[in-house]
Amino acid sequence: MVIRLRDITKVYKVGEETIRALDGVTLDVGQNEYVAIMGTSGSGKSTLMNILGCLDRPTAGTYELDGRLTTRMGAGALARVRNERIGFVFQSFELLPRFSAIKNVELPLIYSATGWWGRRRRAKAALLTVGLGDRMRHRPNQLSGGQRQRVAIARALVNEPAILLADEPTGNLDSATSEEILGLFEQLHGRGQTIIMVTHEADVARHAHRVIRMRDGRVVSDGPMTKPPPAQEGPR
Amino acid sequence: MILLRLPLMLLLLIYQSAVLATGQIWSNKVRSMLTTIGIVIGVASVTAVIAALTGLRTYVLNNFEALGTNKIFIFPMSPGNNRNVSWDQIRLRPEHFEGLLDHCPSIANYTRINHMSEPISYNGRSEAEVDVQGIDTAWHKIENRAVIDGQPFSLTNEAKGQPVCLITRNTQEKLAIEADCIGRSLMIGTSRFQIIGLVEARVESGMFGRGGQRLEVFVPFGTVQRREPNSSVRVVAASRSPDVSEEAQAELTFFLRKRRRLGPTDPDNFQLQAVEQFVQQFKQTAQTITLAATGVVGISLLVGGVGIMNIMLVSVSERTREIGLRKAVGARPAAILLQFLVEAVVLCFLAGLLGVLLGQGLTSLMAKIPNANLGQAAVPGWAIALAFGFAGTVGLVFGMFPAIKAARLDPIEALRHE
Repeated sequence: MVIRLRDITKVYKVGEETIRALDGVTLDVGQNEYVAIMGTSGSGKSTLMNILGCLDRPTAGTYELDGRLTTRMGAGALARVRNERIGFVFQSFELLPRFSAIKNVELPLIYSATGWWGRRRRAKAALLTVGLGDRMRHRPNQLSGGQRQRVAIARALVNEPAILLADEPTGNLDSATSEEILGLFEQLHGRGQTIIMVTHEADVARHAHRVIRMRDGRVVSDGPMTKPPPAQEGPR
Repeated sequence: MILLRLPLMLLLLIYQSAVLATGQIWSNKVRSMLTTIGIVIGVASVTAVIAALTGLRTYVLNNFEALGTNKIFIFPMSPGNNRNVSWDQIRLRPEHFEGLLDHCPSIANYTRINHMSEPISYNGRSEAEVDVQGIDTAWHKIENRAVIDGQPFSLTNEAKGQPVCLITRNTQEKLAIEADCIGRSLMIGTSRFQIIGLVEARVESGMFGRGGQRLEVFVPFGTVQRREPNSSVRVVAASRSPDVSEEAQAELTFFLRKRRRLGPTDPDNFQLQAVEQFVQQFKQTAQTITLAATGVVGISLLVGGVGIMNIMLVSVSERTREIGLRKAVGARPAAILLQFLVEAVVLCFLAGLLGVLLGQGLTSLMAKIPNANLGQAAVPGWAIALAFGFAGTVGLVFGMFPAIKAARLDPIEALRHE
């Protein structure tokens, strides 16, 4: 198993009130799975995403990533896990505007002990993977939305992470571009990449092979996608 | 391998941060300029003030140098400023100094000096404003004024009190004596003195010039002593080097107390003044002033530092999302801290560079002010190092708080920041 969550609970205190954002989530994700986490806002899917991404620590429960217990790690060790084992893709891309595409992709390697050497080569390889070999020197404002998200995906892939975490990756894109990005995910999945995607759109979730639905901080359903993904479906 | 890589990583990270910081500063040119103006002015004034003090110091020390830093002046002085002591009791007498060189090993030589207060004349042309000094031959060495034509006084001139004299070119011209003056005679009072040599002109030093161009005539000490046995005597001694000035003074005091028959409890009835003493005092004063000026100017650097802190806080706030992203992709808090700290320090160093250039400009302007005696003003290397050190420290100290703030940001909150 790549991910092993056991009884994850996350409690926030807002003034006098305590909010149970996650309430005993137990979950396993295996190698090369393509998982969509669905739920309305407030269902706890974002909190779960943050914990999976080692950006946040659960109040209780254990989280093993790649066989390593992350719940006891300090801030420095968690930063290293994020750097080496996790690739993030955000809804609003989060590219640095003054940097060229390739510099943006190199960013995680700057913070990695092993990445310094040959980072230009690795960044190029990642950009080729997402089909942007001819846009390496472009700045984000010279790229379309879809291209920007591809740069962000290349950045997520550059350290060959154990999991690719995508938070509403198509939320800022039109439907044609969304299909393009989801096609890219399918491609990456085909090459063995484990992908976890958070979304509230059923159309997007349909591309995944396993869907986890959440409500009020709990997993309410977990199973394979009922319909097969509509790959190569023509424009509607 | 890992152990070797870690320091290398840190260096690369610093380099990376410096490149990043330069880009950041460049893309906010106007803002960065305005922010650093405090530091620029602070550094410029530090360097200019130090340059001015350095120039003044060189000027004064050169003057002391011209006066002779190994000189020790000996004067009579009433003990405890007692007015009832008669002059005759305390005045210096020639015999007090007999055997001085044998008893004071730190003294290289000395000259007794006395004066004749009579006008001089040549061919009916007379001058009243003349210094007629009786000197020993060692005077030429101590004052560094050799006989450039003719010859110095001989032992016979001295012992017999012969009416011979040395003059300066200045005196020769003022009295309209012929250029080949040696062998001719001039009148001092009612006596005829034969000119046997020409003495080098006095080195004009701005501070100790004694004003005006007083004419000088020198006669043997013994000659004055013979004519005016009660004339006051002063003595100038030269220590072997300025470094042994204190030993020389101690030896002189001991020797003179014995010669003047002072009991162990009697206060000194003479006074020693060493030029070296004044030099030391001046150096100390100059140092104090430099320190004080640097301190005052340091305050303006502190004010500049507050500006740096302010702009760094703005920068952190503007780049919250960037910080969040960097953390998400694996930047440790220390890496973020370093990035913002390096940016503050680079900003301050750039300001320091501008400040040093401005200070250099001010210094060259200062050197051109007429009559300010600052011609030798120059920014010494250590002042530039100090200015940069100050600027860097200001960057470190005032950049620390914003950098810590950035390093502590929660990545989730930061990524949600609008």
